Amino acid sequence: MKLTLKIWRQKNAQDKGAMVDYKIDGIEPDMSFLEMLDVFNEQQINAGGDPVAFDHDCREGICGMCSLFINGEAHGPDRGVTTCQLHMRMFKDGDTITIEPFRSVAFPVVKDLVVNRSSFDRIQHAGGFISVNTSGNTIDANTIPVNKVDADHAFDAATCIGCGACVASCKNGSAMLFVGAKVSQYALLPQGKIEATERVLNMVKQMDEEGFGNCTNTGACEVECPKGISLENIARMNREYLSASMKG
Amino acid sequence: MIINSSEKVVVGAFLPYFCVLFKLYSINIMAKSGLLKSSIAKKVAMALSGLFLMLFLAQHFFINMTSVFSESVFNSISHFMGNNPLVQFVIQPILIVGVIFHFIMGFVLNIQNNNARPISYASYNGAANASWASRNMIISGSVILAFLGLHFYDFWVPEMAYKYVEFGPLNETRYFHELAEKFESPVRTALYCISFVLLSLHLQHGFSSSFQSIGANNKFSKGLQGFGLGFAIIIPLGFVFVALFHHFNH
Repeated sequence: MKLTLKIWRQKNAQDKGAMVDYKIDGIEPDMSFLEMLDVFNEQQINAGGDPVAFDHDCREGICGMCSLFINGEAHGPDRGVTTCQLHMRMFKDGDTITIEPFRSVAFPVVKDLVVNRSSFDRIQHAGGFISVNTSGNTIDANTIPVNKVDADHAFDAATCIGCGACVASCKNGSAMLFVGAKVSQYALLPQGKIEATERVLNMVKQMDEEGFGNCTNTGACEVECPKGISLENIARMNREYLSASMKG
Repeated sequence: MIINSSEKVVVGAFLPYFCVLFKLYSINIMAKSGLLKSSIAKKVAMALSGLFLMLFLAQHFFINMTSVFSESVFNSISHFMGNNPLVQFVIQPILIVGVIFHFIMGFVLNIQNNNARPISYASYNGAANASWASRNMIISGSVILAFLGLHFYDFWVPEMAYKYVEFGPLNETRYFHELAEKFESPVRTALYCISFVLLSLHLQHGFSSSFQSIGANNKFSKGLQGFGLGFAIIIPLGFVFVALFHHFNH
């Protein structure tokens, strides 16, 4: 496959950055998108150019490290996959592909396509946990009965890998799907109910302080989420927040 | 309660200003107290004010429809709405406050959302994952705001002037003719109809979105979405019908 790549190039956080056009040849349809970028970087290095920086780790769609806004969509045009699981057969020979970093004031660009998503970590630190006695007398979680429906919903919420596609896709740059999933994951389980009030108040406060936008329920996040996290999680967070606000 | 003429002038002439001042004051209080500080509180406030305005639209729809079927019924209801102290001095100010609140919050949220992404994408395929109506509430909302300006100029301002400035005599039969007269102009009729299309788009997202915002995403959601879609189509279509009916029949 021969392709034209329009890639965001930015030397560092202070650099203004710009879209740069490149031609690339010899791409196989069975390559993953990141393998295509590996080939591109190899060609760049061989030609004495600067390879493009991009995030990746497991390349199995489970770590949430890869990002990229491809042809106007987070993780590209395929559904239910991260960029590492996106294959070049989704594109046609001769295509022009636009590759940009995830854009948000809370995801500053580090270099080229690499963004700093530690704002998500700070939201997690604000309340995305349960306090458990780990002194040697830890109680087995299975000793507390949980009904199957709640357990399944909690598990579905817990599949969020924190990649940031929800923020990147949302026209408002809102992080409510991510926070909704993290709040729901605990709110649905008995172990999470003890700290439920402080959790949702603190996580939402941190989310707002990071500068994420306001959710207007367009549903773009749900469509683009590689793990299929549902909008129900945002509604549950809203309920949890309203209830917590009344209490505290 | 009997209100004398001079008091009517004061109340009538300054009513909108009182409403705006009260609104600005209450937003200020809410912002200071932190009630509207959080993103979720803001969306809940938008949802509740939107649901309130939809209730108003529904009653406006039913009153307008009577004008098609019975001149006298329309006149009677309009006379009641225009002269009942509860409607005039309690419900009307609440409605104006609700409208102003919804618009101010809409613009505030839009500015905040734009700030959340200071560098735009070179390529953003919004149509791939969200409807036009959901992505462009600020556009449909702005058109509705402009329409409200025209609508107030057409009906509300002359009505206030008639009652509270000119002290026009109580005339229970004037309303129908005032309505029909307005829709003689093809330009005005067209502007109204275009605005109602945008209102429909605004409601198509706004109705179901309101319930999601207040946390009501549950087993009733599918039914609510269906009802919301029906509401978003039938109500504006009814307004278009009334406008065209009077345009072509008088």
